[in-house]
Amino acid sequence: MDLRTRRKTTNVIALGLSLAAMAFGLFWLIWILWMVFEQGIGALSLDLLTLDTPAPGNAGGLRNAIFGSLVMVGLAMLIATPVAILAGIYLAEYGRRTVLGQVTRFVNDILLSAPSIVIGLFIYAIYVAQVGKFSGMSGALALALLVIPVVVRTTEDMLILVPNALREAAFALGAPKWKVILMVTLRSAKTGVITGILLALARISGETAPLLFTALSNQFWSADLSEPMANLPVTIFKFAMSPFADWQELAWAGVFIITMGVLFLNILARVVFRQQSANH
Amino acid sequence: MMPVEPVVQKLTSEISIRNLNFYYGKAIALKNINLEIYKGKVTAFIGPSGCGKSTLLRTINRMYDLYPGQHADGELIVAGKNILEKGVDTIELRAKVGMVFQKPTPFPMSIYENIAFGVRMHEKLTRNEMDDRIEWALTKAALWNEVKDKLNKPGTGLSGGQQQRLCIARGVAVKPQVLLLDEPTSALDPISTMRIEELIHELKREFTIAIVTHNMQQAARVSDYTAYMYLGELVEFGKTDELFIKPQDKRTEDYITGRMG
Repeated sequence: MDLRTRRKTTNVIALGLSLAAMAFGLFWLIWILWMVFEQGIGALSLDLLTLDTPAPGNAGGLRNAIFGSLVMVGLAMLIATPVAILAGIYLAEYGRRTVLGQVTRFVNDILLSAPSIVIGLFIYAIYVAQVGKFSGMSGALALALLVIPVVVRTTEDMLILVPNALREAAFALGAPKWKVILMVTLRSAKTGVITGILLALARISGETAPLLFTALSNQFWSADLSEPMANLPVTIFKFAMSPFADWQELAWAGVFIITMGVLFLNILARVVFRQQSANH
Repeated sequence: MMPVEPVVQKLTSEISIRNLNFYYGKAIALKNINLEIYKGKVTAFIGPSGCGKSTLLRTINRMYDLYPGQHADGELIVAGKNILEKGVDTIELRAKVGMVFQKPTPFPMSIYENIAFGVRMHEKLTRNEMDDRIEWALTKAALWNEVKDKLNKPGTGLSGGQQQRLCIARGVAVKPQVLLLDEPTSALDPISTMRIEELIHELKREFTIAIVTHNMQQAARVSDYTAYMYLGELVEFGKTDELFIKPQDKRTEDYITGRMG
């Protein structure tokens, strides 16, 4: 076999292997999506939004769980996003080469890869165990702890991508540092930062483990943050494991809602990010 | 009949540089520079890459402050004050000494806001005054006619040459005394370059200009005075016509005749 044929063969084999790997990955993804769609679409009804989680055998919906998830996820984002963006700004603009910066970056990376159940247990130990009861607030805090490292990371990365020439140009006009960051650097990185926030939002929407020990769940409607709070992931977990067919069906409906929500957030993140690329 | 003596213009110094040294960490980049930049004139800095001409320009507005490890000693006198001293208000300094960079750097905001950004740092203007200032600056930068109908469009949407003129307008809008131009045309096509050079001729009526350029023809075309730098030293400084026609130093001659650099 001469050199050229050998190169061609190698190329064909490599291409074949990578296509096979892609098909393998996509196969499961499509299967999962198909299953969620098939099982979930039938379980959809208006009752989902108007009725609370029922006792087995009764008619019911997921109103309290959807509401609880929205409240806790929203609250978590409200707590985490400002903190994380400020930390990201510190890392990229002030502490790039400082010791404090290096340490913060290292700790943040550890937090980024920490299993979410560990975060749940942590909040259980420092909050739930002290107060003596499960609560929606503690659930939101656990989710916030998951958001922070993701948003810190993306914010820092996106700010570092902003060319120094742009910073210099702003400084050359006599702008103080905080104005340069706020009006020029952060604005340049805006869509990247938003993408990071959306991805973090997508990540926590389906998290179950950190809520198990914090918000627990609640069979009834509750908007009180100091009480256990219903939420979609834990409800799905509980209902899917139950022997009751109507609960299982509700679990599928919940899965469908979360999956579509996360899919939507991911697509939104991509659209937002593409807009930035088009602007440059 | 006696030959008519040309009217000798009185030269006043806008910036005086004395015994200036500049260091990147421990490495010395400028060695004992002595130079006057005259008011209302265009002074060009030429020399091969790495000769320190951009470094010198970035010293004049203390741009090097952004980078720890870079420092300067000696005297650099702007408006009677040695701006290399500690405690100098760099914000005030940069209001007096504007800068335009090699690559156009429009901010991620509208054309209007791009210009208003710098002005707001130093002045409180009413909406009407700001509108006037922006028209004035864009007219100075020969850009007004092209953008007057799209002031609210993003500055990043303009062509490269227009973006660079926007950056000049941005610098001019602050009404500095000195404009530093750091290779302002090296990223532009010939037509845009020509427009910027014409612009420099216009701007020197009101501003003192210091321009760093790689292009000797450009230096000859736009400047009144030229400084030739080599390896961190100022080799020769003089009137542009004289320096290009009769260089005093062998190194200058080698460079401008293309034997070196």
